[in-house]
Amino acid sequence: MSGSVLFDAPGPKTIARHRLYTILTAVGVVAALVGVLLFLQSEGELAYEKWEQFVTPEYVEVLLVDGLLKTLQMAFTSIIFAVLFGVVFGVGKLSDHAPVRWLCSLVVEFFRAVPVLLLMVFIFFTWGAGDGFGPYWSVVLALTLYNGSVLAEVFRAGVLAVPKGQGEAAYAIGMRKTQVMNLVLLPQAVKIMLPAIISQCVVALKDTSLGMYIVAPGLTYVAKLMWTEFPGTHLQTAIVLSFLYISVNLVLTAIATWVQKRFVGEHKRLDVGMTALTGLTTQGTGGAPGPGIGAP
Amino acid sequence: MENVFSDFDLVLKAFWLTIQLALLSGLLAMVLGTLLAAMRVGPVAVLRGVASTYVALVRNTPLLVMCIFVFVAAPNLGLFVGTPFLLKGTIAVGLYTAPFVAEAIRSGVNAVPLGQAEAARAIGMTFAQNMRHVVLPQAFRASVPPLASTLIAMTKNTSVVAVFGLMEATARMRDFVNKNSDDTIGIFIIFAIGYILLVELISLAAYGLERRWKAAR
Repeated sequence: MSGSVLFDAPGPKTIARHRLYTILTAVGVVAALVGVLLFLQSEGELAYEKWEQFVTPEYVEVLLVDGLLKTLQMAFTSIIFAVLFGVVFGVGKLSDHAPVRWLCSLVVEFFRAVPVLLLMVFIFFTWGAGDGFGPYWSVVLALTLYNGSVLAEVFRAGVLAVPKGQGEAAYAIGMRKTQVMNLVLLPQAVKIMLPAIISQCVVALKDTSLGMYIVAPGLTYVAKLMWTEFPGTHLQTAIVLSFLYISVNLVLTAIATWVQKRFVGEHKRLDVGMTALTGLTTQGTGGAPGPGIGAP
Repeated sequence: MENVFSDFDLVLKAFWLTIQLALLSGLLAMVLGTLLAAMRVGPVAVLRGVASTYVALVRNTPLLVMCIFVFVAAPNLGLFVGTPFLLKGTIAVGLYTAPFVAEAIRSGVNAVPLGQAEAARAIGMTFAQNMRHVVLPQAFRASVPPLASTLIAMTKNTSVVAVFGLMEATARMRDFVNKNSDDTIGIFIIFAIGYILLVELISLAAYGLERRWKAAR
């Protein structure tokens, strides 16, 4: 508490006041929790029968294998393709040739501004439905295009974040453009970008749930099956579902934080805005050096 | 294509619902997000813990699962039964976006130079005065770009409520695409342009605000 610059070390009166706030909040939180539990109890939602399927091995297996594993598969497949897409278009946006730059910017801006669900529905009904490649690949393709566009922006920012002298020195010793990019800039940029790429995995993982709209496999699909088979267990299924998503995402976030500490150090995490305009301004103000006020 | 243009009022109506949803949930998210951000930088440890828990839980849950809670699980318990769908959508999207708003504002608080808060303390301001007169006015300026990003993401996220039966733009496109399967590309482009216009509007507003406030500094 003494670490913050927003307030002085509290005196006796303030300590008493804070203690009061603490007690009030704690009582409020506990009361709310107890209230919710009592309400659920009175509705019979806490009865063992309503939770039984989540401790029955067969259903747990379905949930984990057909649900979680499929979801993870979709997320990681699309992230791998998205990284490739991102490298191509990110480097394309840095090209010396204006038409290439414009084309890449147009593609990236388009897919970043369109909701991923809209993209998914369009892909599914155009190429996926009927004899097409099915809902699974529709989800993967939509997520690839969206996350790839975000990653393209991350790659561009990452390459620009490499100190200018590196590229200049490489040109000075006579390297060609491709060599400078491949041998000098990209290897250093990848290190800076790794945490951002892992955070993007969290986004992709969350967005796989949208596959529900086009009946794609994955956690949400299994959830629907389960509350159809056990009527009246919607709440329980939703709670288990969010528990699974939250645990996987927390693991991913922990990995991202570790990678950030291990490979990047204390630098600010790369952050790109949602469009060209906000992206521009974010980069303008983003790299504020030194610790700010609210640092946790 | 002709179908879309002959039924263009349906397209406009769908986007009007998207806009309503974005405005209402944006308002809810801003209010709740500011509150969360203040709790997270404040001096009371329990409040900090409550806010951090909420942020950690909601940020890692997909919006679709939030929607399942509001649209499917709650009515099953007898809650939100007669509530209009627009309100349910607002609750789901607003509650989901609030932590992202809180993070954006907190990053703005982070950008305020240390000396500002120290100076305010040195002349004897309390935490509340310090926040109100010194830190937050500057923090809001610095958080315009990340806030704009959050609001843009939220506007796009309103499409998720389509899954639960709101006839907004994405659901309307699905309807059109389903009926005219040989003309999906044209229909998609029309709806995509609609969303791009909304997104660029927010982006432009943020750009203008930022420039104006920068000059005032």
